[in-house]
Amino acid sequence: MTRTLTMFRAWPASPYFTSLVTVALLLALLVAGSLAYPAFFARQVFFNLLIDNAFLLVVAVGMGFVILSGGIDLSVGSVLALATMIAAWLLEVAHWPAWAVIVTVLVLGAAFGAAMGAMIHFFKLQAFIVTLAGMFLARGLCYLISIASITIDNPTFVAISRAQLPLPGGFISPGALIALAVLGAGIWLAHCTAFGRAVYAIGGNEQSASMMGLPVARTRVLVYALSGFCAALGGVLFAFYMLSGYGLHAQGTELDAIAAVVIGGTLLAGGYGYIAGALSGVLVLGAIQTLIAFDGTLSSWWTKIVIGALLFVFCVVQRVLAPRGK
Amino acid sequence: MPLDLAAPIEHAERRDPWAWLRHPLFRPVAALAILLLVDLALIPGFFHLEVKDGHLYGSLVDILNRAAPLMLAALGMTLVIATRGIDISVGAVVALSGTVAAVLIGGTMVIENGVPTYVSRIPMGYALAASIGAALLCGAWNGVLVAGLKLQPIVATLILMVAGRGLAQLFTDGQIVTVYYKPFFYLGSGYLFGLPFALYVVAFVAGLTALLVKKTALGLFIQAVGINPTAARLAGVRTATLVFSVYVFCSACAGVAGLMICSNIKSADANNAGLLLELDAILAVTLGGTQLVGGTFSLAGSLIGALIIQTLTYTIYSLGVPPEVNMVVKSIVVFLVCLAQSEQVHALFARRAKGSTA
Repeated sequence: MTRTLTMFRAWPASPYFTSLVTVALLLALLVAGSLAYPAFFARQVFFNLLIDNAFLLVVAVGMGFVILSGGIDLSVGSVLALATMIAAWLLEVAHWPAWAVIVTVLVLGAAFGAAMGAMIHFFKLQAFIVTLAGMFLARGLCYLISIASITIDNPTFVAISRAQLPLPGGFISPGALIALAVLGAGIWLAHCTAFGRAVYAIGGNEQSASMMGLPVARTRVLVYALSGFCAALGGVLFAFYMLSGYGLHAQGTELDAIAAVVIGGTLLAGGYGYIAGALSGVLVLGAIQTLIAFDGTLSSWWTKIVIGALLFVFCVVQRVLAPRGK
Repeated sequence: MPLDLAAPIEHAERRDPWAWLRHPLFRPVAALAILLLVDLALIPGFFHLEVKDGHLYGSLVDILNRAAPLMLAALGMTLVIATRGIDISVGAVVALSGTVAAVLIGGTMVIENGVPTYVSRIPMGYALAASIGAALLCGAWNGVLVAGLKLQPIVATLILMVAGRGLAQLFTDGQIVTVYYKPFFYLGSGYLFGLPFALYVVAFVAGLTALLVKKTALGLFIQAVGINPTAARLAGVRTATLVFSVYVFCSACAGVAGLMICSNIKSADANNAGLLLELDAILAVTLGGTQLVGGTFSLAGSLIGALIIQTLTYTIYSLGVPPEVNMVVKSIVVFLVCLAQSEQVHALFARRAKGSTA
């Protein structure tokens, strides 16, 4: 009897708890959707969640690392837009081959992130303000390339955009597959490598991490480089999805990514959470949007209100549980 | 600031003739002066002022007028940042207060003595009160989350930042609401004694805040909370109440700014009103010399910071540079200002200087 009681008490304090709440919430959303709309209960609807939010998932994985290390990256949405813009320009104006474009964009994204990380670490600047400036810079650079949208009609990009990989019960896009691969790599990086352990340690307490002899400088710069890389990869996926480069693409994605990471159970203070939470967080956001689209009578702004309310609930839950959990 | 703290600084000033160079306001003022000099050299008639129909016209007046909402938002943000916080919901509150006012005032046409005139849906005073009330509620919400639930300020205000625009769109049903009621326009584009009315509002809010902060212990308390919240609480400062009020004040400022913007463009756009204003406000505060880590703050610096941003925008537009470049320039300015504030950079230069003399 007492044993069950302690188990019951210990359960909310377990590190998995908030992540499990998110998974439960996702299942509840899917079940509710299936009960309300018979068409919702199709595997393709679920696959579409992945296809439509592939870029967000990639961005959220990068953001997850930054937040775990105790930082924040507000520039991801703009870097994503800049990546679509550079890709479109290189393909359509400079006529580079598709693979060279993709490699260039990814390297540039990682370099952009690394530069911000270096400023944050070596000059002891606040991540918030540096990445904020990075956000302005990347958006501004988009408009320097072109103010209008550039349509991509490179055959490789079009082929990838149209490709449908058959799965039992439907199909999935190459973009979604790449996103899942990035998620897998992210989980491996966070939990099975020295880099991942250093990220958690820095997020927990930077001073102790440095006293333990962990490479704080290298890890911090790499974390932001990783986030920049993920944002650029998100941009490539977005370019596959939209087949255009545009400075106004993906506005507010940084907020969606932060929301997804928080809803996925990662503590914004750093050092606590799971990269896998990015998947459940992104799927919850996507499921809400799909449900609102299925309903038809609810307007799009309800998405924002519901996401805000969810953020509130998760922050409060984390707040209430954190002192006991830690 | 209390006298006993100010005394040693005055003493130091007497000894060092270059102390004014290290005054906290020196850098922002110098930046503004350099910008104005660039304008003087490149834009003909920049400092030209003339009186037309009893109003003062000119680039300088225009910059002041357009900077008014940003100055208000920066004032509120300064106090929030001084307590180690941040409020990223300012833009959403601007949109919310603007839409509340626009929806309540609206403006229906009636024929009065054969002349079509527009009347407000409900008396304008009530509408303005409701709109400021909405802003105060937003502030109270932020305040409860930060001071009561002890959420991180950036997360706590992120909630309202995401949901606020949704709520504003809910009020307007996703439409842009146009206002037709003349007296409402006075707030954003009216003139009093030859100067834009908005400036008097800013001056009033700034004056009141400065009075409260300088002439009462409030400023000291805010600094104390920013420097060390635990120590401040142990010293008997009512930290939670103070932090709560600071967020309410910030939202109230944003609410007035929202009314101003709404009145100036004669409509409320839930999606775009005050977009990224929170970032500009934070930028203004940083430019003004207030450190983002909390503690010492400068209201005058933030006002100057807002003017720097608006002058920069004006300059870029006037020079015929594509307005999109504005963002690149702004970001480079932020990087430079951050680096100028960084102690690591100071140390680097100090080492260089020492190395060269040795």
